[in-house]
Amino acid sequence: MKKELRILCPNGHLGFAPTKEESFHIGAATKPDYYCCDSGSDDIGASALGANRSVSMYKWQKHDLELMLLAAREQGVPMLIGSAGDTGGNSRVDMYVQIIKDLAKEHNLPPFKLAYFYSEVDRSYLKSQLANEVIIEGLDGRKVLTREDVERTERVVAVAGIHPFVKALEMGADVIIGGRSSDCAIFAAAAIHEGFPEEHAYYAGKVLECASFCAEPYGAKESIIGTISHDDVKVTAMHPDQSCTIASVAGHAMYERSNPYFEYFAGGMLDMTNCHYEQYDSKTTRITGQKYVPVEGDIKVKLEGSAKVGEKYIGIAGVRDPYTIQNIDKVLEMAREQVEKEFEGETYHLNFRTFGKDGVMGALEPVKEIKSHELGIVVEGVADSKETAEALTLFATRQIFYARLPEVKGTAGTAAYLIDDVIYAGATYSWSMNHIVPVNDPLELFDLHVEEVGKDELVKS
Amino acid sequence: MKTVPLQDLAKTIRSKNAGTDKITFDIIFKEKDTYDLVCKSSVISKKSVAELYKISEERITDFVQYDPANAIKFTILRDRPSGDPGDGDIFGSQQYPPLLSVQIPVG
Repeated sequence: MKKELRILCPNGHLGFAPTKEESFHIGAATKPDYYCCDSGSDDIGASALGANRSVSMYKWQKHDLELMLLAAREQGVPMLIGSAGDTGGNSRVDMYVQIIKDLAKEHNLPPFKLAYFYSEVDRSYLKSQLANEVIIEGLDGRKVLTREDVERTERVVAVAGIHPFVKALEMGADVIIGGRSSDCAIFAAAAIHEGFPEEHAYYAGKVLECASFCAEPYGAKESIIGTISHDDVKVTAMHPDQSCTIASVAGHAMYERSNPYFEYFAGGMLDMTNCHYEQYDSKTTRITGQKYVPVEGDIKVKLEGSAKVGEKYIGIAGVRDPYTIQNIDKVLEMAREQVEKEFEGETYHLNFRTFGKDGVMGALEPVKEIKSHELGIVVEGVADSKETAEALTLFATRQIFYARLPEVKGTAGTAAYLIDDVIYAGATYSWSMNHIVPVNDPLELFDLHVEEVGKDELVKS
Repeated sequence: MKTVPLQDLAKTIRSKNAGTDKITFDIIFKEKDTYDLVCKSSVISKKSVAELYKISEERITDFVQYDPANAIKFTILRDRPSGDPGDGDIFGSQQYPPLLSVQIPVG
């Protein structure tokens, strides 16, 4: 059994912006035992999952996969990717699998074993669970899942824990492309498969998943290496100018999570309450004291679901007239009233975001006084059909132009336009599921496949 | 009593999504002394944050002083899921600025 396991993470979200190559090559030269990276997030909103697309550029995704694949195959060590193509939807897994096959051919790589698993959950499965009175609990204050929630949902992914990754490694996989996965599980799976304690495996996953976000000075998309032993976790920055310090690593433990002490995943929880951080060398922080708490009873798997709200258009209007600026709320109210009359009986969403006032923070903005000499108003119109959404958004945007306040001097128009038109912003979706479903077998929601890549070419040549 | 804005004391003040339904705020200090000073002042509390953002205290799901990172952290429930119609900050990353100018008494 290995005394320690070294895992390289090149990027906190593979493909979202390209991995920086210098620190990657510095890390790769130290010959890590695994290359692991997460490629997705629920941060990007529900639309990509719903519309079955990525939000990253294909070129960057391929670039990052190429860096990892070539390094991992040259050394003959495994490479694990989770949450393929931003959402971890099935079509994204297929796309990454194809990229890996294309790269193998382009670089004439010797044969290797490629595993991939799908994370999408059939809605009929959820309906039958509900029919069998299985309680699918809501997270973050959401109510238990209903049949209506399932029916309005377009696409559901289950968030994998370590299980499909470990299974694939047991089957001898060299490269694993995962559907939606817990970020920390991608790394923890490697360490647990190699026989390291769960608490260190999951902590390593937690700290590594955002790559150089746990280092300072700030600099994204730089590689870091986590070293897991039977007694501790160490994390080291690879960029020549970055270090993993006590402050940067401890600070990262609370990043993007509601609470700094607990990390939940399928199968249990990581308790970081008594974590102890020490500076091990100038670029490395050592962490001890983490605890793993396995779930009691059934394993619960998180579900993310995306439901279509409608078609979205965006209109943009600029206002420079000081009297109109001071009365902007009245102007928008007038526009809203006109829309209500014109679109009576229709279902729609209409929102005005007024930049220069509270466009960024909306209701949370404490500053009430407008200090800007100009305002930018973004009109968001959503309706079932593209036709209605376009008409709605255009009508509302033009009402800002036509708003006639009693004392305004400029009577030819109270808005400036970049374009005398509105912009199609695609179909828009809402997070309709943020729930957990109990399962008997942690693999039951994940459809795992293994195949040999490059074998046919070998036989032919 | 002399006061200074929080931004002169903290190394990092940030906000970010914590899942689809929450936004979490981190205020991180470089020195333990400064962290202790701000904690002891009690100026940053569940109540004061609720007042600052004009939200009910029930919407603040977590509020912790996290010693290992010299950090104060709190999390609020969004008024709608990230990316829903009407949401102006899909990543939740520009909700921290009102914290910058909170005045902290320094003796």
